[in-house]
Amino acid sequence: MSGGDAIPEFSKAKSADGQDVSLTNLSAFASGPGIKSGAEVAAILAVAVVIIGGIELALRIFHVPQYIMPPPSSIAYALFDEFPLIAPHLGYTLVELVSGFAIGAVVGLVMAAVITQFPFAEKIVAPYILILVTTPMLALVPLLILRFGFGYAPRIIAVALAAGPMVMINAATGFRRVDSAKIALARSYGASTLQIFWKIRAPMALPMILVGLMIGAIFGLLTAVGAEMVGGGFGLGNRLTSYSSMIQMPQFFAVVLILSTLGILIYVLFFLIGKKWASWET
Amino acid sequence: MSTASARTPKLGVQAATKVYQTASGDLLALDRCSLDVQPNEIVSIVGPSGCGKTTLLWSMSGLHRLTGGAILLDGKEITGPRPEIGIVFQEANLLPWRNLDANINFPFEIKGEKPDRAWIAHLLNRVGLDGFGGKFPRELSGGMQQRAAIVRALALKPSVLLMDEPFGALDSFTREEMNRLVEEIWLDTKTTIVFITHSIEEAIFLSDRVVVLTTRPGRVAKVYEVPFPRPRSLEIMATKEVFDLTNKIKMDIVGERVRPIAPERRSAEIVRIRP
Repeated sequence: MSGGDAIPEFSKAKSADGQDVSLTNLSAFASGPGIKSGAEVAAILAVAVVIIGGIELALRIFHVPQYIMPPPSSIAYALFDEFPLIAPHLGYTLVELVSGFAIGAVVGLVMAAVITQFPFAEKIVAPYILILVTTPMLALVPLLILRFGFGYAPRIIAVALAAGPMVMINAATGFRRVDSAKIALARSYGASTLQIFWKIRAPMALPMILVGLMIGAIFGLLTAVGAEMVGGGFGLGNRLTSYSSMIQMPQFFAVVLILSTLGILIYVLFFLIGKKWASWET
Repeated sequence: MSTASARTPKLGVQAATKVYQTASGDLLALDRCSLDVQPNEIVSIVGPSGCGKTTLLWSMSGLHRLTGGAILLDGKEITGPRPEIGIVFQEANLLPWRNLDANINFPFEIKGEKPDRAWIAHLLNRVGLDGFGGKFPRELSGGMQQRAAIVRALALKPSVLLMDEPFGALDSFTREEMNRLVEEIWLDTKTTIVFITHSIEEAIFLSDRVVVLTTRPGRVAKVYEVPFPRPRSLEIMATKEVFDLTNKIKMDIVGERVRPIAPERRSAEIVRIRP
């Protein structure tokens, strides 16, 4: 018969909903690439044509040498011509990204789910998580290469270290969004702690989890490419250093183009998942 | 046996006492609050803000434990959530990531039971939500959300329905409509209802008895019988009996706290109001 439970007060639950410590917020889903009409698409394409055409024209008029800045047309040709040679490296980078991200995301999610159940432990761990989030894991790659050699291992570890804390910190924000009325609803039907987790806490956290996964995946991509540039003979990052050292600038920019496409695809993927599964938020 | 059970109240609140431990010390929310709710009765609980109405209801639901006293359901002490008790929360409290069908299935999912399709269809029809099963809460008005919440609460066929200021967030027309709906459902199911509200009119329209709680700590100040026959129409709300009863209850709640406006301020206000 302890009186330890809180006074039922729903306004509190609502104010706790406000995004506080997250690195980003759900507006990523609300204000993302919400392309609405054909006119907008046409305008976006027109801008692209103007910019690319302008660059092409300016580079040709001023006779800018290829090793400083290749014109878009030669980049496009290099992408087409060199793609069979670049494709395996795209594959290597994807292997590193996907496996490192999967490890980091699973560990990050589980840690977020567990740690938010223990507010005291969470307070103690929070500063260390922040250090993990803010430390560029790329800095550890030379060390990891010394320990694990030039294969996949150091890169996958670096990607996991970069993605994990990002997933964790955002997912933790999601799991912390406790709505006492919804938990009371579940409890009134005799729900177990596990049922409350799967049926109330997890779905409530899902929008923030997706934000975390998206940022984690993009950080993972950055780290994978960076790690490839540090050492080892394969991967898109390795192609970048290799092409630039041989002053093959069209090929270099073709790889850059592939990388930005990859980044956009990651963003769009999570945007669509969010739209499908977490759009109830907005 | 039947006479004995007739004498056993559906819900017996016996000297219910609740102390909250807050940062600024202990807070006595309920102080030896006693009250019986008879089977098939609708009882409303009104009282000043913070008088412990919600605390009392949460204790009846088994979601909160009392510091002292007991609450009995059919003569047996409530020590935790009970399937015979359905709750309608403030502001519908639907799960926004589930559509209406999935929201109404939620209690069955938790219990691991198969939803009673025919009964749910009957309830949905009764509250006028036929064909809305695929809609998400955000696509529905406040009144429709609260109707869905009522269906969810009745889906497991509870013998007691606890309603915690369910229509407080609705506009007055929607609220009147919902009040009629609650009466209709009661006529249909004869479920015992305990209804918490800020609105004295709502309490009178719905209830067989209106229980007035004191300011914190909450105790039962007065109990009023509301003898009007059912189904009640909104016209009874315009009768002198209802008017007098409303005023009496209002005076119980705010009486001692209302100060007469000073004469000079009063005339100033009257002047300002004139067009």
